[in-house]
Amino acid sequence: MIKRQFNINFMGIRRIALGVSIALILGSLALLMTKGLNLGIDFSGGNLVQLEFASPVAVSDIRDSLVEVEQGQSVIQAYSDRGVIIRLQVEDEAVQQTLSVLRDSFGELEVLRLEKVGPVVGEQLRKEAIIAVVIALVGILGYITLRFRFRFGIASVAALLHDTIITLGVFSLTGREISLPFIAAILTIVGYSLNDTIVVLDRVRENWKKLRQLGIDGLINLSVNQTLSRTINTSLTTFLPVLALFLWGGPVIANFAFAFLVGIVVGTYSSIYISGALLAEWYARSPEKK
Amino acid sequence: MLKRDRWRLILVAVVVIAALLTVFPIRGRVRLGLDLEGGAHILLQAVGTPEQPVTNDSVERLLAVLRNRVDQYGVTEPVIQREGDDRIIVDLPGVADPEAALELIGKTALLEFRQVVEAGSALPPGPERGNYDSRESYLAAQQRWDDVKTSIEEADALMMERAEEDPELLFAPGDEESAYLLGKAYVSGKYLVDAKTSYDNLGRPVVTLEFDSEGAQLFDEATAGNIGRQIAIVLDGVVISAPVVQERISGGNAQISGRFSSAQAQRLAIMLRAGALPVPVDILENRSVGPTMGSDSIRAGIRAGLIGAFMVLLFMLIYYRAQGLVADAALFVTLLLVFAGLISFKATLTLPGIAGIILTIGMAVDGNILIFERMKEEIASGKTPYASVDAGFRKAFTTIFDANVTTLIAAAVLFYFGSGPIRGFAVTLSIGIIASVFSALVVTRALLQVYQGRGRARVAR
Repeated sequence: MIKRQFNINFMGIRRIALGVSIALILGSLALLMTKGLNLGIDFSGGNLVQLEFASPVAVSDIRDSLVEVEQGQSVIQAYSDRGVIIRLQVEDEAVQQTLSVLRDSFGELEVLRLEKVGPVVGEQLRKEAIIAVVIALVGILGYITLRFRFRFGIASVAALLHDTIITLGVFSLTGREISLPFIAAILTIVGYSLNDTIVVLDRVRENWKKLRQLGIDGLINLSVNQTLSRTINTSLTTFLPVLALFLWGGPVIANFAFAFLVGIVVGTYSSIYISGALLAEWYARSPEKK
Repeated sequence: MLKRDRWRLILVAVVVIAALLTVFPIRGRVRLGLDLEGGAHILLQAVGTPEQPVTNDSVERLLAVLRNRVDQYGVTEPVIQREGDDRIIVDLPGVADPEAALELIGKTALLEFRQVVEAGSALPPGPERGNYDSRESYLAAQQRWDDVKTSIEEADALMMERAEEDPELLFAPGDEESAYLLGKAYVSGKYLVDAKTSYDNLGRPVVTLEFDSEGAQLFDEATAGNIGRQIAIVLDGVVISAPVVQERISGGNAQISGRFSSAQAQRLAIMLRAGALPVPVDILENRSVGPTMGSDSIRAGIRAGLIGAFMVLLFMLIYYRAQGLVADAALFVTLLLVFAGLISFKATLTLPGIAGIILTIGMAVDGNILIFERMKEEIASGKTPYASVDAGFRKAFTTIFDANVTTLIAAAVLFYFGSGPIRGFAVTLSIGIIASVFSALVVTRALLQVYQGRGRARVAR
């Protein structure tokens, strides 16, 4: 079993940790700017149909028949031997035609889900998503500043931005689709990852009277070590159900669950390291007068 | 035990019993979102043209026609609401066929009987290699077919030109790649009194129409003046059939046959009865989920939830042992409270909402872990097990509070900006947080006091 008292010198290698984080952030930003994100129809508009054929069909055959209605460039994702999600290129009429062509070629099929988002609405949703994330971050900054101190607030929000950017980077790398539920996942991770950060900051606040005695490094080290088993356990207990969701929850919710998985892992790391390390750096360079 | 502890225990018992009564039997008590029950969510926008701008009146009439159509289709608890100046939201729960819903809502369904000025030929099917003995004869047939195709295309192009020049004429495509040049409209769907589905003598589905007296007269004149010629039956600018008029029809009854299935014929009859949409509509957003998908999602969600819960239960038991058992009991109570909350607030459960509940499973033990870790420290610093419970809770309280408030902030933002499934997620998450905080602070404490107070002070390491 895990030792109860930890005594790891986290702050000792904080420069390395910060360095790794910066590298990850830059890497993610680079990916975002070059490869970009796979925007789902929620944000880029488009038509999507999920259907199941009566008997197994190969994706290449499906693509061949789609060429007839000029939908050869559609994105076809098969999630089972007879179930596919097709993202059509454009136009509503195409949906009806596509379905009839597929019926002609492959016989009976069942339309499980049909989604269309017009470009206007897609644009709107994109704006709203960004605004929502910004508002949440500002709200959180305000709350932490209220309950702790301003620097703690900045350190927390910095950690959250770090988490968000890296999660986006992972999605860009894996090419997974960004949809509305993804934004919900990001916001939830923002709120949740803060839990860990708060627990650490709370402990820092509690130990603050030992600042003079231990120095900021020692203080943060102590706080992080004291809360380490709690941090890891809570992350683990949240990670496990989400893992179950990812593996067994079905294709519709898979990307959503994946965002959480990445967010929990990165968030735990950032709670242990980033907030603390940033605070240590900041205080080391400009100690507060109080 | 202390009086305070006894009251706490009673509170927990009361809450749990109330929750149990609210939740069980669960069948049918939880409101399901469209993505779980199956159904369509459609956002429409009325489209205006410079000649026919969208007015308040036309949107109201549009609403009326849509309500009429949906009524006749037989959807239970539909939602048809105006949003803003020119948008309408239509929610149709339980619709089995996503394509049908779309057609029912989006199709203008303007029916007209029009004069046929010129009828283009239909393109015959191309030659097949198997039908010809030699390659030469096949190629020759292919060439002839290409020539025919070109001449038809040219004829069609001429018709289009004429239609453009003369405002009275309309170019309309038909099926089988044929096209027509149409003249004036003799009678339209607004004169209809009734439309029904039936079968013709070949067993194919048809729609039988009944005109009102004015319409009957117009139809009478139209048929009388066109005996031996074709009249085109046009639906939304597409010719669905163009039969030759055999005789004058004065009774005001007509029959439309085309290549429809009986489900399509039924929808057409509904649309004709309810009336054509006064303005055409653009579908801005459509999310339709078939019922199979819906129940699949529920099943997958439940399975993932059970597996996830099991993993967490196991972990808590292994790592925290006896206290872990307490946390597990608190977890059950949390989930019970979540469902009770959903049911009493009549909140809608969506697929992301199920994910929210699963997330809550993980977060619910959070508070407990915080408390247990605190208690360990208190014991390490020398307090008795009983006192450490007290101290642990007190110190952990602010941390639990702060941590959960921030997630609530995120949920509030999601609720404000989101719609439908995302809102469902925000609501379930919020209920989950509140339930888990209550359970961590009250339930766990009550159980622990009982456990520790009995002197069986087995502390988990």
